[in-house]
Amino acid sequence: MSQAKPGISLSCPVPLPAGDRILLGHGSGGKLSAELLQDLFLPALRNPILERLEDQAIVSVGGIRLAYTTDSFVVEPLFFPGGDIGSLAVNGTVNDLAVGGAEPLWLSAAFILEEGLERETLRRVVQSMRAAADCAGVTIVTGDTKVVQRGSADQLFINTSGIGLVREGVQLSAQLACPGDAILISGTLGDHGMAILAQREGLEFESALTSDSAPLHTLVGDLLDATREVRCLRDPTRGGLSSALNEIAARSAVGMELDERSVPVRPEVRGACEMLGLDPLYVANEGKLVAIVSPAAAETALAALRGHPLGREARVIGRVTEEHRGLVVMRTSLGTSRIVDMLAGDQLPRIC
Amino acid sequence: MKYLDEYRDASIARALAEEIRKRCTRIWVLMEICGGQTHTLIRYGLDELFGPNVQLVHGPGCPVCVTPLETIDRAIALARRPEVILVSYGDMLRVPGSHSDLLRVKSEGGDVRLAYSPLAALDLARAMPARRVVFLGIGFETTAPAHALAVLQAAREGLANFSLLSSHVLVPPAIRLLLASPQNRVQGFIAPGHVCTVMGYAQYAALAREFRVPIVVGGFEPVDLLEAILMLVKQLEEGRAEAENQYTRSVSYAGNRAAQEAVERVFEPCDQKWRGLGLIPQSGLRLRAEFAAFDALRIFPLAEVRPEESPECISALVLQGLRKPTDCPAFAVRCTPENPLGAPMVSSEGACAAYYQYRRLVSVKEAP
Repeated sequence: MSQAKPGISLSCPVPLPAGDRILLGHGSGGKLSAELLQDLFLPALRNPILERLEDQAIVSVGGIRLAYTTDSFVVEPLFFPGGDIGSLAVNGTVNDLAVGGAEPLWLSAAFILEEGLERETLRRVVQSMRAAADCAGVTIVTGDTKVVQRGSADQLFINTSGIGLVREGVQLSAQLACPGDAILISGTLGDHGMAILAQREGLEFESALTSDSAPLHTLVGDLLDATREVRCLRDPTRGGLSSALNEIAARSAVGMELDERSVPVRPEVRGACEMLGLDPLYVANEGKLVAIVSPAAAETALAALRGHPLGREARVIGRVTEEHRGLVVMRTSLGTSRIVDMLAGDQLPRIC
Repeated sequence: MKYLDEYRDASIARALAEEIRKRCTRIWVLMEICGGQTHTLIRYGLDELFGPNVQLVHGPGCPVCVTPLETIDRAIALARRPEVILVSYGDMLRVPGSHSDLLRVKSEGGDVRLAYSPLAALDLARAMPARRVVFLGIGFETTAPAHALAVLQAAREGLANFSLLSSHVLVPPAIRLLLASPQNRVQGFIAPGHVCTVMGYAQYAALAREFRVPIVVGGFEPVDLLEAILMLVKQLEEGRAEAENQYTRSVSYAGNRAAQEAVERVFEPCDQKWRGLGLIPQSGLRLRAEFAAFDALRIFPLAEVRPEESPECISALVLQGLRKPTDCPAFAVRCTPENPLGAPMVSSEGACAAYYQYRRLVSVKEAP
């Protein structure tokens, strides 16, 4: 810089060459994941259904609309307060179907096991999957098992796929948000991510943090029974609420304004986040629903969510705006505003 | 939440901001030293509240940002050794070195792990005696006591496979450098509350006397910062130049003696290079010779590193408070959190990252 004066040496870092390897951040659900999708997967696999980039594909067979989705689970630790990798693998796929407006029907389950895994661990996980499937009213109808050498996987990875029947007349998409729409959340943010982190890092807090892992399809059912003025649903997992809302804002070319005081976060989750310097808006959830709803139906939608056990703490947290398109803005408790950006990479590696 | 919400209270914050507006008869240029304070200022948009008569410039108090490139390059070289497990704080893993960063080294097979405390590295060293565990310990006076305790504990247990790659910086010499610079335009300082919790603020009282500059030890919540700014404005308007303490719930004049003793036992002052600021005499800490067995710089044969720096990044000027991040032509264009050109864009405490995260709205609003 020309402003450099003698006596003060200026040292600035150089840019790194473009990455030629996959980083953990590419799996974070943030900007790096989006970049990988746009630059690598889409060019190779492009087709009109995939290009919609929803949490599930909606395909038609003989006039019947089916939702189809897949998800892999690499959580560590395998067992955590409020759930385990088995129930998570069932609920995660059930939820991806549910937010497409579908009634989940059938699941597949594929296991990648590390050589040396204790048989009892696998048994516990599979029993938990059965219990979660029964609870969600889905059947695991096909599966696969592979074993890799010790060190090639971390104990146990699970992939589940699911098929569901889309409710008649329901059309949900991240492209449908309109200025004026209300933004609803079904409950508190960050419970799953912080429960995993506390367990994994051996962090001890006064009150136990518990994952919110739960199947959301009956909650979605109650909502859609109450009103069809729902534009879009998401379950904000990796990347948290911020990733889900930023994606909708970008795809619908609208702005969003959130009210900091109305965003529900449990005190123990907030405390843990404060201690670790994390923002609950970026922490993963496994049993929460974000709904973008027309302004006229906001009250009805809120009442429907609150009438369900998983939606007791539902709130309207903001609205869709015409201004600052593509950006999510938080009105702070002090009345000032700030941008809620999508995370570049990982806030917490490998939480779901 | 108790002990937090009262310091984010909107009516108290507005009343303080109003008082600041009333007291200012002219423009005052203040600097907050600590990156955590920068983060709060920007996150809560506090400048919207207290108005244009207080100009805040952001200081060199992001530990990640001022860690010299050589240290990052050395950490990367160590992480590439097959017997080494390199452990550090999350933010450090993404800081660009000359040619790579620690996350990339990890993706290439290096054993790099994230920890919240150096004691986690001790656990690792105990559990894996065949490996050599290196903790990359950086930071201000705040992190030094924990690093000192880890070394003392390792010495007590004879943990021969643990070592510390240390790069510590001290705040008062940096303030001295800024005040002595002919380009200085800062008229008052908010001293870093966490550093002063450990060190007390006697050193800041000495600086206030020597340079006739008001210094207020400040906390990290919106009400803390607004109150600290008000205290500085009052001093400036009344022609006083004293060291005062706003953060009384955490900071005492003498500080934490036990922590200071641990640091003195393990470390000694040394000349220290700051990324962006250059070499500042007696502004760092290095391990005493007695603890050489735990000093990664001494026990590993480290080739001379020749750090390569970028011509475009103006982080040096940002760290000295001479430019705002938005003055940089690369800001948000070629330099983003996904592809940082400089360390202040990496850490959430970095001024550039704070601006990027929270202030793009301003440029959006201003766009035609």
